[in-house]
Amino acid sequence: MIPAGFEYHRPTDIASAIGILQQHGDEARVIAGGHSLIPMMKLRMADLAHLVDLQAIDDLRGIEIAGGEVRIAAMVTQHEMITHEGLGTALPILREAALQIADPQVRYLGTVGGNVANGDPGNDMPGLMQCVDARFELVGPEGTREVAARAFYEAAYFTARGDEEILTQIRIPLPAPGNGYAYEKQKRKIGDYATAAAAVLIGHGTASVAMTNLADTPIWSEDAGTALADGDVEGAVAAMLGAIDPMADNRGPVAFKKHVAGVILRRAIARAQQRAG
Amino acid sequence: MTKMHVKLNVNGRAVEGLSEPRTLLIHFLRENLRITGPHIGCETSHCGACTVDMNGRSVKSCTVFVAQADGAEITTVEGLVNEDGSLGVIQEMFREHHGLQCGFCTPGMITRAHRLLQENPTPTEEEVRFGMAGNLCRCTGYQNIVKAILASAGKLNAPPSSSEAVGHEKVKAAE
Repeated sequence: MIPAGFEYHRPTDIASAIGILQQHGDEARVIAGGHSLIPMMKLRMADLAHLVDLQAIDDLRGIEIAGGEVRIAAMVTQHEMITHEGLGTALPILREAALQIADPQVRYLGTVGGNVANGDPGNDMPGLMQCVDARFELVGPEGTREVAARAFYEAAYFTARGDEEILTQIRIPLPAPGNGYAYEKQKRKIGDYATAAAAVLIGHGTASVAMTNLADTPIWSEDAGTALADGDVEGAVAAMLGAIDPMADNRGPVAFKKHVAGVILRRAIARAQQRAG
Repeated sequence: MTKMHVKLNVNGRAVEGLSEPRTLLIHFLRENLRITGPHIGCETSHCGACTVDMNGRSVKSCTVFVAQADGAEITTVEGLVNEDGSLGVIQEMFREHHGLQCGFCTPGMITRAHRLLQENPTPTEEEVRFGMAGNLCRCTGYQNIVKAILASAGKLNAPPSSSEAVGHEKVKAAE
């Protein structure tokens, strides 16, 4: 319950935040909504001398839908994504997934940037972002670069983000009108990370499939997407089951998780197909 | 670690104190300010007993550092009584519908219900259950909490003169 002490910083622009990260190296970490980091600090699994709070940086807020893409700034909260006027129409899979994340209080503070940058395979947004082929904008001392969500996750808590970089924005190409979508999640109760979850986007002869919490990273399977685009549901499920690598934990043994993965993926596909038009 | 000067507005009153940044908002409220309605039921951010309203959002004050909350407007269950000190509508409905037993989750429940009803003044039973899902209760089995919140919605939406009658009708419908 009791975290170790730290020095607190609240910069008002991105350059100052990066400056603080450069100055303190490994000893510093950004804090967004704090709903993964603070719990880890309270259990003393994370111990940082400097916290760089991003809440006062206006450039990290806001959702824009323009030019065939959605741009979501990193500090946008789950609650803001759920309640945003245009986002639910432009990219409904995002709202569907966000409503299955955590609980109301956590969604008021937890941010999309924190969710995707955290690197915990239990987080739902990473698999979703791989499904919709999002790109993450990273700003660091050397400038700005973009990394595809599909190339961002290396292992549990290891991502392509450098220590002195801040994930500032997520860019998602708008799916063509008439694309079907679904985010299907099996969990033990409200607020739990998935036993298995699937993100599916389908339509116009294309398909994309990713799954959550069935390996030490989210899994996007190109073969599953290709099979599904051809209308081969069983081929898609088989390809995905070959790509995942779940671990036994208190959500169940490996054989159970593979079984659940198949069930959830079939449900997600069915719902996405139903919605495609 | 360096202590910082923290300023908050709690229940309409400007308060300040000296605190380490690592102090959790729940501890600052309870220990520095002696506002002991919000409780601590876990260390993993699940139970919601520490729920307060911060800048118009329901937050679990065990998962906010006081440093992050510096400058915030906060409402706790203590701030939800009427001006004359009598129970607010939601508090009164929890009493009337037996929405509490040990009372440990109640301050968080009521503070969360307050925000839920601001955002959705006429929730269905399902919306109440989903909207309250960040708050655990060991005693009630939730049924009477749901009734209390639906009754509160009825009362809060009713014109002042007929509020009693409408509140009761809505609860009867829910039962």
